[in-house]
Amino acid sequence: MNFNIYDFTGFVNSIKQWLNSVFPPAVADITGFVIIGICFLTFITLLGLSLVYIERKVCAFFQQRLGPMRVGFWGTAQTVADIIKLIFKEPLIAKGSDKFLFNLAAFIVIVAPFMAIAAVPFAKGLHVLDFDIGLFFITAVSSIGVTGILLAGWSSNNKYSLIGAMRSGAQIVSYELSVVLSLLTIIVLTGSLQLSAIIESQRDGWWIFKGNIPAIIAFFIFIIASTAESNRGPFDMAEAESELTAGFHTEYSGIKFAYFFLAEYINLFIIAAVGATVFFGGWMPLHIGNFEFFNKIMDFIPPIIWFFGKIAALIFLIMWFKWTFPRLRIDQLLTLEWKYLLPINLVNLLMMSVVALNGWHF
Amino acid sequence: MGLKKYISDIFYGVKSLITGMKVTGHYFVRPKEIITQQYPENRESLKMFDRFRGEVVLIHDENNMHKCTGCSACELACPNGSIEIISDKVIDPETGKSTKVIDKFVYHLSMCTFCNLCILSCPTDAIKMAQNFEHSVFDRSELTKVLNKPGSKIMPGIR
Repeated sequence: MNFNIYDFTGFVNSIKQWLNSVFPPAVADITGFVIIGICFLTFITLLGLSLVYIERKVCAFFQQRLGPMRVGFWGTAQTVADIIKLIFKEPLIAKGSDKFLFNLAAFIVIVAPFMAIAAVPFAKGLHVLDFDIGLFFITAVSSIGVTGILLAGWSSNNKYSLIGAMRSGAQIVSYELSVVLSLLTIIVLTGSLQLSAIIESQRDGWWIFKGNIPAIIAFFIFIIASTAESNRGPFDMAEAESELTAGFHTEYSGIKFAYFFLAEYINLFIIAAVGATVFFGGWMPLHIGNFEFFNKIMDFIPPIIWFFGKIAALIFLIMWFKWTFPRLRIDQLLTLEWKYLLPINLVNLLMMSVVALNGWHF
Repeated sequence: MGLKKYISDIFYGVKSLITGMKVTGHYFVRPKEIITQQYPENRESLKMFDRFRGEVVLIHDENNMHKCTGCSACELACPNGSIEIISDKVIDPETGKSTKVIDKFVYHLSMCTFCNLCILSCPTDAIKMAQNFEHSVFDRSELTKVLNKPGSKIMPGIR
């Protein structure tokens, strides 16, 4: 065991070697998969629990409230109590609903972020799927979730669910464009879709600083569009509670409702992870060019702390949006995408190409 | 829509969003401005606002004297009939005239909506709203209160 907080490659390899020495190759591979799966399940559960708590606290402080305070110290056990309640609730299925699709929808919604999180680079060497099309994989897989949302709305046999799901479909399909185009703006500079290569290209500074003005514009478009893509406020048209009760998950109860809730928070994490990786260097510490002394000090902080720090900052920003801005109407939502974000994005991509061709970036 | 208006719209939109985020950000970094009360814990130190209407009380001074003349203006003003004034006629020993004196100022807290009309209608300012709000009891009859203390008299010079 050569555990090193700065580079997990050796640690992961030593586990792999140990598995291969104990089991035959096929069994060793399967055991490895199971270990990784269990790690992710634990991580996602803890992530969901803590993000719900953080969201409630942050929301409360934005609104001059205290939030949950009773269960545990400062209400820290509140989400655990909530999930226990949800587990013990009866999973109702509405009369006249399509039972198979109704049950399937909850799983599709949760499967999409589960697949996407596998490609997230947590630290050097702590990276499950490092495809050469990693970024493409994340954006492709995370939009499978919309299928689940559409199925949930269709199979519930409820007009609110159906309207919510249709709105959600229109919204995600529209905003997907902006997310991918804003990411492409940075891909022009990196020249690679592989997430580890994107991080490596930021060794001498993050793209948001190196990429000139187009990178900053791209970041803002990314954060707006991905907030919309994850159906979070102010773009939560799909579950606008004042008009659609709860939108596509109106008919869900108990643990299946918890799936929708959990999927929303894992999506939030994935958005923050992609944003941090592409614009803020992922686990790469803050480096300024060839300024050796400063870079050494920054290297002293472990990459995993850099990564989670950046993610925390981005998640906080998205929560700030949700608890500040009023919800958009459906036509305003589509106007914002098709008349503002998309044209700006295309012009921005052109600008970035000019910058990259002339070598004006740092 | 001209290009100039398009671009100025974008900048105006961004500016108004930042204004909103400033407001919420202001609250976020100032936890001391939180208005939530941790009620059962801070019961000892909790002080309600002066304008909070908890219950009607008849003001008594240190000599057990009140200002109620028994005119029943409050009883007439009350929309729910939560005040009943039971008064006696007594002969004033000094002047020999027959005057009205309250026997019981009955207040049904269970019927009161704390609308403040009785306090506004009182010509002598004899009653006021108190800030006590912990009214839960085990028997409904305990909510019917007699506000004048036993043996209390009207203050001289009020009538």
